[in-house]
Amino acid sequence: MSLRNAAYIAGAFEHPTRLAPDKTTPQLHAECAAGALADAGLTIEDVDGYFCATDAPGFGPISMVDYLGLTVRHTDSTEMGGCTYIQHVAHAAEAIAAGKCKVALITLAGRPRSENVMRFRPGAPEQAFEQWIGLTNHTSYGMCAVRHMHEFGTTSDQLAWIKVAASHHAQHNEHAMLPKVVTVEDVLESPMIADPLHRLDCCVTTDGGGALVVVAPEIAKTLNRPMIALRGAGEATKGPSGGLGLDLTVSAAARSGPAAFAEAGVTPADIKYASIYDSFTITVLIQLEDLGFCAKGEGGKFVADGNLISGTGKLPFNTDGGGLCSNHPMFRGGITKVIEAVRQLRGEAHPAVQVPNCDLAVATGIGGSLGARHGAATVILERQS
Amino acid sequence: MSDRKLPAPQPNAETETFWDAASNGVLKIKRCGDCNQAHYYPRAICPHCGSAKTGWIDTAGSGEIYSVSVMRRGEGAPFAVAYVTLDEGPAMLTNIVADDLDSLAIGQRVEVVFTPTEDGAPPVPMFTPRGG
Ligand SMILES: [Zn+2]
Repeated sequence: MSLRNAAYIAGAFEHPTRLAPDKTTPQLHAECAAGALADAGLTIEDVDGYFCATDAPGFGPISMVDYLGLTVRHTDSTEMGGCTYIQHVAHAAEAIAAGKCKVALITLAGRPRSENVMRFRPGAPEQAFEQWIGLTNHTSYGMCAVRHMHEFGTTSDQLAWIKVAASHHAQHNEHAMLPKVVTVEDVLESPMIADPLHRLDCCVTTDGGGALVVVAPEIAKTLNRPMIALRGAGEATKGPSGGLGLDLTVSAAARSGPAAFAEAGVTPADIKYASIYDSFTITVLIQLEDLGFCAKGEGGKFVADGNLISGTGKLPFNTDGGGLCSNHPMFRGGITKVIEAVRQLRGEAHPAVQVPNCDLAVATGIGGSLGARHGAATVILERQS
Repeated sequence: MSDRKLPAPQPNAETETFWDAASNGVLKIKRCGDCNQAHYYPRAICPHCGSAKTGWIDTAGSGEIYSVSVMRRGEGAPFAVAYVTLDEGPAMLTNIVADDLDSLAIGQRVEVVFTPTEDGAPPVPMFTPRGG
């Protein structure tokens, strides 16, 4: 069975807030749900499937379905860190294809700027061997960048171009946290956080969230919205797995990406727009290689000189400004990757960054810790008439 | 050496042999009796082949840096996080202790240095440049 055309994204909503001191996290989930359902032309009565990750308040779907006032016959709280919501699109399609639901609602929200959010849960099998190391995402992704530089000669200038491209897009996003255009020099002159990643190599931290509505084909046809089909999907996880054959220059996207392209029956050359998870600049570079937009080791050259900037570069990416400049709600950039891909496919991106005739897009992400244990999820989305 | 507060490792049934050895200055890892491959961190079941015939081996406590990143901000900074590839094969996530963190580089030879945590708790296996 293939997921191609098994389901359509009918609703997409990104919360405009980046700082929400006077709202609760469940409230943000509900506001995102309402936004995505209104976008689709549906109501909470239409929802019969609900998806959230394990960061959702309370006891996952049990708490949230009740809070949101839903009555569903299918729930899924699959956890893949920040890329979860890309994976949820595919899992929703699986559930729809299996007849388990017809209108799946996916929500994410959180307030890491306004409240102390617990990001790590005790009891992991590696805990005693790693908790004293002080590993954060900065050093985890930093080690990947150091190794990539060592093996392939990748430079900090090249990584900086990824931020520069994102900032060129963010200037057109009225909600972007960092709307100012930056230069390679700005990135290199920003404070070093964890070698070789500077402050401007890192994504923003924001309160906020987003939601998606994934529906069965027969529902999509009744809605007055562009038909955005799931054409292919892939997922994978990767870790040191005992410490043999460690390769920090390759991510799990090297398996999730090809799987998605194979199911979709398309190649990277066919892609008009790419949403690439951008927790750090290096995250983007490694995924571009792993998805096959360029050969392994060629990512530095690929991203340099504005090649990711919409209108001038060959591969427009993260035209909302991405996590690097616009939004990374709850430390989780997966849902905004899908949302901007949907905007592009509908022709609803900002005119300054809209890709002409954008009918095929990829959204891909990394969740967890790239240098330790992480997951990847990739979807290929297509606008159909 | 940074003044980071190191959380004490909590030994359990799978790992208490490792931590007992650490208290005696020995870095142990496990090797599988079926596929003959070593692994770290230690598990009861081999992550390479699924066999339960895993056994402890003493390492020489030496290896080389696979990658390293120095944390420059926050509590206890600066400190170095690294993967060290042990001479016995497996790479392990750890810290590198050195006077000059800027001099650390991929391929550099390092040896284990057990670093105290809390009173009565086992020390943890960090590494330091050989002869450094
Ligand atoms: Zn084995």
